[in-house]
Amino acid sequence: MSSDVRFTDFKSDKQPTWCPGCGDFGTMNGMMKALAETGNNPDETFIVAGIGCSGKIGTYMHSYALHGVHGRALPVGIGVKLANQDLEVMVAGGDGDGYSIGAGHFIHAVRRNVDMTYVVMDNRIYGLTKGQFSPTSREDFETSTSPEGTHQQPVNPKALALSAGATFIAQTFSSDSQRHTELVKQAIEHDGFGFVNVYSPCVTFNDVDTYDYFRDAIVDLDEEDHDPGNFDQAKDKILDSEKEYIGVLYQDDDSVPYGERMGLEGSMADIPDGAPEDATDLVREFY
Amino acid sequence: MHEDLNWAIGGEAGDGIDSTGKIFARALSRAGRHVYTSKDFASRIRGGYTAYKIRTSVDRVESVVDRLDILIALTERTIDENLDELHEGSVIIYDGEQTTMQDVEIPEGMIGLPVPLKDLGEEAGGAIMRNVVALGAACEVSNFPIENLDEALEKRFGDKGQAIVDNNKEAARLGQEYVREEFDAETDYDLECTDEDYVLLNGDEAIGMGAIAAGCRFYAGYPITPATDVMEYLTGRIEEYGGAVVQAEDELSAINLALGGARAGARAMTATSGPGIDLMTETFGLIATTETPLVIANVMRSGPSTGMPTKQEQGDLEQMLYGGHGEIPRFVLAPTTVAECFHKTVEAFNLAEKYQIPVYLTADLAMAVTEQTYDPDEFDMDAVEVDRGKVVDEAEVDEWLDEKGRFRPHAATEDGISPRAFPGTIDGAHMTTGLEHDELGRRTEEEDVRVDQVDKRQRKVETAQEREEWDYREFGDPDADTLVISWGSNEGAMREAIEFLEADGPDVRFISVPYIFPRPDLTEEVAAAEEVIVVECNATGQFADLVEHDTLTRVRRVNKYTGVRYKADELAEEIRSAVADMEATA
Repeated sequence: MSSDVRFTDFKSDKQPTWCPGCGDFGTMNGMMKALAETGNNPDETFIVAGIGCSGKIGTYMHSYALHGVHGRALPVGIGVKLANQDLEVMVAGGDGDGYSIGAGHFIHAVRRNVDMTYVVMDNRIYGLTKGQFSPTSREDFETSTSPEGTHQQPVNPKALALSAGATFIAQTFSSDSQRHTELVKQAIEHDGFGFVNVYSPCVTFNDVDTYDYFRDAIVDLDEEDHDPGNFDQAKDKILDSEKEYIGVLYQDDDSVPYGERMGLEGSMADIPDGAPEDATDLVREFY
Repeated sequence: MHEDLNWAIGGEAGDGIDSTGKIFARALSRAGRHVYTSKDFASRIRGGYTAYKIRTSVDRVESVVDRLDILIALTERTIDENLDELHEGSVIIYDGEQTTMQDVEIPEGMIGLPVPLKDLGEEAGGAIMRNVVALGAACEVSNFPIENLDEALEKRFGDKGQAIVDNNKEAARLGQEYVREEFDAETDYDLECTDEDYVLLNGDEAIGMGAIAAGCRFYAGYPITPATDVMEYLTGRIEEYGGAVVQAEDELSAINLALGGARAGARAMTATSGPGIDLMTETFGLIATTETPLVIANVMRSGPSTGMPTKQEQGDLEQMLYGGHGEIPRFVLAPTTVAECFHKTVEAFNLAEKYQIPVYLTADLAMAVTEQTYDPDEFDMDAVEVDRGKVVDEAEVDEWLDEKGRFRPHAATEDGISPRAFPGTIDGAHMTTGLEHDELGRRTEEEDVRVDQVDKRQRKVETAQEREEWDYREFGDPDADTLVISWGSNEGAMREAIEFLEADGPDVRFISVPYIFPRPDLTEEVAAAEEVIVVECNATGQFADLVEHDTLTRVRRVNKYTGVRYKADELAEEIRSAVADMEATA
């Protein structure tokens, strides 16, 4: 049935409550298109969403989905994927969910390299709680909880990922629908942990990192003769604080996902209606 | 002749105490003797006193007693630490050539056997075998056929090659011969062997084995004493059945990994101890409200905070019953013996899936990390039944779609139990969330839907209370005036305490409760007794509070929170004096 799947099959009949103009609309549409165009269908797809504006995405999409506690979306997604290798697993959240409360899980998810996709809607602000600074906010960003700036460095999630052994790092911009969709598709098709940071502007609480700002600042790596397989080039681009690159920053073509390293296949849901046939051997071990 | 023998090896952490003790326990078990072990240990890799203690008899042994007959002391402190338990005639084996042990004074009336453990070990192939030399010496002292030790050495060192096995066997013989030739150590110990075949395992291992038997295929955990043995047991075994163990970056991740595994349709679990439960509690509420079946083993240790990580306590009962914000439906099971750790694990998985609810399975340190012998028939794999509850396949999904063809994972049914569709089931795609939700799993704040969903989750618990047996285990005299109630691992000590009391103490009816919630109603039992005593290893009497709540009757509390489990003779004395005191004030 997968060939018949259209991206609207991934859309639920629930209308998003995001603010008009929110970057998350474009982010979600690209995710749905990418899923459909990579041959997935809603009944074999599992979306895990974090907490925050972005976390509502599971409700607006149609698939198997779980909307969990703040910051723990990645472990849930990893658990789903390992327990059933046949599912397409996509985790979606915001910069607060992924790089603040969930930062610990982020680096471990990266280095574990489970075959799944992680889409972070990075708007550099806490929107759902009405405008506090986030881990990716600039140092001079003034908010209700940082009236004179944040007094701290923003997190560079792509640098964290690269240093943690990432096998796929991409950056997209939610309003560049075609490019965003294409990059999410590449992340889905990557054999391993496909990490996509999406500039997904908040039109209500962030008047610095706006659509206009990103349109001016963005440089597409396709126009830069960038080789994603080259670690040093990736490092230089990721650490370049002057520009906002979009495209595949880094990809390791030799990536072997965790599930494969563990020898996992298929679903763990299928079990006998009693103890396994040779379970008595387990008892005998204790002689 | 002694009916039981109490044996110990003690020294510094890092001296191989645990490993050596287990070898001797295995040898006794192979010889058809019953074994009950305990450990004195510190939370460090090296340094600090540690001991492995074995009580052995041809009859079942269920606890420790306040007596030590044979002690292998690798340090002087080992003798000091055990002075209370040593008695006239106790044998102390030590290395008289060791500089730190040369001037050891053996307490009066005890028999000191200085054996050059290290030198004889070197003779056999390496000083590292000094502990095995001591085991050989212990065999001679206790008239225990050394061939049994050979079997245990083969099991322990078999994978290291025959040469290592042979060297160890030789080391044991050197120890045995040295004692035979140098001392006239005529003791009246005679460790009789039988033809019985016993298995020797601890509670953590029993939980792990129960999990595999029950079909658990996904385990995620973070190492923590005293629960780590569960993860170590499963690692390398669960894979044989198509499963996986994931060592998470922390407990927050562990519980969410397990939740993910369960949402994917696997029987999933995690095991931890109190501090880990603290970290998992937020997600515990999510598990309950998304109606995800999950088993969480809490191997209790002494708290609060880091507390005494390697010490016994039953302090987490209220944490498991009440932990988490909001009102969280849950079950709490508390096996009372090592064998019950196996059975209750199987039961926990069935309950979790039948009622789509998180289940706490709690063992305490005293039974989790110490070995005990059993008849292998106690672990009857043919008797294991797997009940997955209301799982719907593709043919059945249709019955649970709403008018728009959407699956209803939280359908408010009469018994409160909703259909469960594993991901991959065509037309079963659905959302679930930690937010209050409607039948479709979508966020809602509508008052009537909120009430419907709270009620249906609560109704599952009521259904379980009606459909399942939440019974207790009973021992002693059913007509006795004195009723003793306990939970967890106190059962063993209390059963033996009853035997001590038979001589000169009060008759006792003993109820051992393996279900904390739901739990058996003890109103009638309490009403029928003159004196009611609740025994537990915590300071405040958390289970006693529940008994009082349920029965509206004041009970006597007998509590121990030193970090050490009850000994049978000590507990008998506690009961005797409690009854005397209650009778005097009645």
